[in-house]
Amino acid sequence: MTATLQRRAVDWGPALVVFVLGIVAWQGLVVAFDVQDFLLPKPTQIAQTFWDERSSLWHAGIYTFKEALGGFALGSSLGILSALLFANFRWLGTAFMPFAVAANAVPIIAFAPIMNDWFGLLNPFSKMAIAAVLCFFPVLINTLRGLTSVDPRAIELMRSYAAGNVSIFRRVRIPASLPHMFAGLKIASVLSMIGAIVGEYFGGPTTALGVTILNASAYSNFSVAWAGIVLASAFGILFYGAVAAAERLATSWDPSRRDFQTE
Amino acid sequence: MNDRPAVSITGLTKQFKAGVTALTGIDLEVQPREFVSLIGPSGCGKSTMLRIIGDLIEPSAGTVEVNGKTAHRARLDHDYGIVFQEAVLYDWRTVSKNIALPLELLRWSKEKRQQRVNELLGLVELEGFEDHHPWQLSGGMQQRVAIARALSFDPALLLMDEPFGALDEMTRERMNLELLRIWEASGSTIVFVTHSIPEAVFLSTRVVVMSARPGRVSAIVDVDLPYPRTARTREEPRFFELVTEVRERLAGGEVAA
Repeated sequence: MTATLQRRAVDWGPALVVFVLGIVAWQGLVVAFDVQDFLLPKPTQIAQTFWDERSSLWHAGIYTFKEALGGFALGSSLGILSALLFANFRWLGTAFMPFAVAANAVPIIAFAPIMNDWFGLLNPFSKMAIAAVLCFFPVLINTLRGLTSVDPRAIELMRSYAAGNVSIFRRVRIPASLPHMFAGLKIASVLSMIGAIVGEYFGGPTTALGVTILNASAYSNFSVAWAGIVLASAFGILFYGAVAAAERLATSWDPSRRDFQTE
Repeated sequence: MNDRPAVSITGLTKQFKAGVTALTGIDLEVQPREFVSLIGPSGCGKSTMLRIIGDLIEPSAGTVEVNGKTAHRARLDHDYGIVFQEAVLYDWRTVSKNIALPLELLRWSKEKRQQRVNELLGLVELEGFEDHHPWQLSGGMQQRVAIARALSFDPALLLMDEPFGALDEMTRERMNLELLRIWEASGSTIVFVTHSIPEAVFLSTRVVVMSARPGRVSAIVDVDLPYPRTARTREEPRFFELVTEVRERLAGGEVAA
């Protein structure tokens, strides 16, 4: 146990040092060059604002995170479902995948104002929709790759046991696709927060984090804007971390993510 | 059931779509409890032949019967187990659950599965490793799991496609001894594909020598070395004579083709 903690400390130590040094350098440079607040506030000032505004910021953060979460759940489940359909009915995949790949290159964020028109500016679903569309493609593409790039002999073996299609999916294709699926879900977790925030930049209730950031910068309240950005980042990183933790639980068997320590 | 040949192949031909003739005019009969090796140069279609016996690919012409049934029926009836060059274990399953997979598909109860897995762990000498994941095992141990899995439902026929090809020479010789022990204990029939002449001679009751392009049977060598064979068998003059005979047949087959 202590060995694990020590290893963790060694793993994370360098990154922690860089983080602290970065904050100190930021603070030092802003003070030394007397940088104006509207260009870049001091970290201490952002921290102070964060504390003073903690209640409203927190509520805004939760509000927006719920939108991101809803969009993530919707987009990811549709992505996984489509991947299963495309993997099972190859002709469907051949017909639709070129468009899915092309759509992945479309700046989907540009549709945010349209979503606000469709579902209503104050309706959280308009932000969920944009987050869902953003999440859909990376989850679809990665999951499909996982489902279809199974070792052919693993499938042959199942056929030798006279296993049917459903059984091959359940026992081989789906478990084998999990590492790929989680790669997609991790991308989606970050995109969902971006989608919700940017959706709010095009309009939303004042209780939303994106709107808070936008209004704060419009009224030259830069330390509030920065505190909002820090909070949005924190939610994004925590969400990513949660998905990564779920991945570690679900794919602990995956040899490629082992650090090969002896037990 | 024992009076029917385990495998009966007549007039087997396999052409792939690209126009390559992998196999032509193959006739072969394997009796129950035999250990038959298929040996030949790369591209002689020996792995293709094994897959046709297992109904994993279709022949272009000819008939293949397993235990007196069509190969297709035999596959659906779980008449054979197959082992590949790589163990092809399912990474997300423990050793026990890999071995029990065919039994799950056969809807065995959990207790029966557990009991059978324990027997097999003993047979392949992997007691204590049941909860390990495949990546925690050496190549030789992984291959033993694959063999246990193929044997789990007690198939009458075992198809093996260069199962020890990826192992080092020492492990390979030990695995050969273990396989003979398992074969004698289980009473199954084995069709075994290999590149190694000494391995084929050491294991088999008969060695089927194949030639390439197109793949055909060029000779069949009966191996009259007595069982049980041991490490000593490899040092007997008769063993060397038979190795030489197979080697000459292989070379002759190539010259003739």
